[in-house]
Amino acid sequence: MKLYWLSAKEIRDKILAREVKAEEVLSEVFERIEDVEGKINAFITLCREEAFKKAKEVDSKIANGEKVGILAGIPLAIKDNISTKGIKTTCGSKMLYNYVPPYNATVVEKLLAEDAIIIGKTNMDEFAMGTTTETSYFGPTRNPWDISTVPGGSSGGSAAAVASGEAFLALGSDTGGSIRCPASFCGVVGLKPTYGLVSRYGLIAYANSFEQIGPIARNVYDCALLLSVIAGWDWRDSTSIQVENIDYTSKLSSKIGEVKVGIVREMVSEGVDEAVLKNFYNYVSKLENLNIPCEEVSIPTIKYVVPVYYLIAMSEASSNLARFDGVRYGYSLNIEGETLDWDKFYSKTRGSGFGAEVKRRIILGTYALSAGYYDKFFLKSLKALTLIRKGFDEAFKKFDILISPTMPIPPFKLGEKIDDPLSLYLCDIDTIPANLTGIPAVSIPCGFYHNLPIGVQIMAPQLKEDLVLKFAVLSEDIIGLKNLKPNI
Amino acid sequence: MEKAKTSISIEEIKHLAWLARLELTEDEKKLYTRQLNKILEYFNMLSELNTENIPPTYHLTGKVNVFREDEPKPSLDVNEVLMNAPRKRKQFFECAKIV
Repeated sequence: MKLYWLSAKEIRDKILAREVKAEEVLSEVFERIEDVEGKINAFITLCREEAFKKAKEVDSKIANGEKVGILAGIPLAIKDNISTKGIKTTCGSKMLYNYVPPYNATVVEKLLAEDAIIIGKTNMDEFAMGTTTETSYFGPTRNPWDISTVPGGSSGGSAAAVASGEAFLALGSDTGGSIRCPASFCGVVGLKPTYGLVSRYGLIAYANSFEQIGPIARNVYDCALLLSVIAGWDWRDSTSIQVENIDYTSKLSSKIGEVKVGIVREMVSEGVDEAVLKNFYNYVSKLENLNIPCEEVSIPTIKYVVPVYYLIAMSEASSNLARFDGVRYGYSLNIEGETLDWDKFYSKTRGSGFGAEVKRRIILGTYALSAGYYDKFFLKSLKALTLIRKGFDEAFKKFDILISPTMPIPPFKLGEKIDDPLSLYLCDIDTIPANLTGIPAVSIPCGFYHNLPIGVQIMAPQLKEDLVLKFAVLSEDIIGLKNLKPNI
Repeated sequence: MEKAKTSISIEEIKHLAWLARLELTEDEKKLYTRQLNKILEYFNMLSELNTENIPPTYHLTGKVNVFREDEPKPSLDVNEVLMNAPRKRKQFFECAKIV
């Protein structure tokens, strides 16, 4: 088997055992990228030079018997909204097409400290606003299982890179499902952590009260490994939670004990595709075969999650994206020989620098926050949020774990939905609740529909990542789908 | 409950674009008017939800204020800060006339 199809843990162990050099692994990964990248377009920027430098450094540390980090030599990809010092960070936007951050995000510092090899920055929906990775200024990413199909989004590049053997691990970010949706569509594992578990310092903000950086991998163990590195309190992110550092991998093999599983009724009822339901209930029956009781639970306020999420997220976006003014960094209007006043310059720069979906969200967010509509839309959404959270709190009094399909429909064709924004927003109905409640949620593969992956979502109360991951490992075993290899 | 207003006019889109300092083309104005009306029509379902006496949620993990000691720490070098500036003069950003 090719080295790039090994798991992250396997490749690290081989490097540590000196069976293979980090540099050799990296060479093979870059060959793989050359072979498939023309079809997939998972990356916006590759950092070959920096990557080989780091790989050589890791190899010499190992040769000299020095201590190395727990991600030693593992080639890894990073979503292009996470700041990397000296490496272009574009957010998939013309607005930042040439932006080079002068500092690293906290998660990047942590990865480098554990000797990971950063191979490149992955494609994404512009400013993480999208469900398909079609809104990127750098062209769409394609699903490695079928290149006429979307990989999901917004972290589509990260999921597609991991799925196609271009990277062992990747970081994504998840505001309304942007890690879990592409994980589901690409047949990989993706986790959105508890809000505040992972520092957002250096993550370019879209809707900061919901978003989290999280891991994408080809199996649950690797996902837990990457989470263990990036989790933890950070003084530079005042919303990060003070928690002990946990090695989530060490918890995976312990017995899970008795768990009560709730199937969220509103996520398996109307509007859910039959193929998705068939795969989902196939998984449920496997749980029941293990004598794990699964019972339906209703959370009626789920009906409102799409408007609540989008109204709050768009409001935050309209404010967060005001910083892109063409003065300090990124794209700027060419004003050679012209004298424009500030408002004209600012409006024209933004009008030509942002893509269609970003503009749509800024306009709608501005609307929801403007006089006369603030109470009706923004404040109303914050109140509805209280009710939605209450609904989940109630459900978690009876159940340890909640499960649902990750996406209500199987992966679809490029261009199929992009002209109908509302139809795309509605695809997020099953992933949004974890963002609105701040809880951890993971998507793992649970089946196929015409050779396209279908995912299942596992949720637990805040800071129960250990339980989510333990249950995900058990599920991965009974489903029997891990380290999937699309034929690309 | 207040009757939901479900339509947004092209004039309103123009005004919002001005508030957001976002220059839109005529085609974009028309497109957004159509699309945002469709989206708002769906979002209006929120008005049927009774939120009387329900407090808003401002933060997901209940954090309030986070303070730290005000100790000076090194910050970015001025050249690094200006590295990405489209236009600069000496150690300043250059921008269009504001007043």
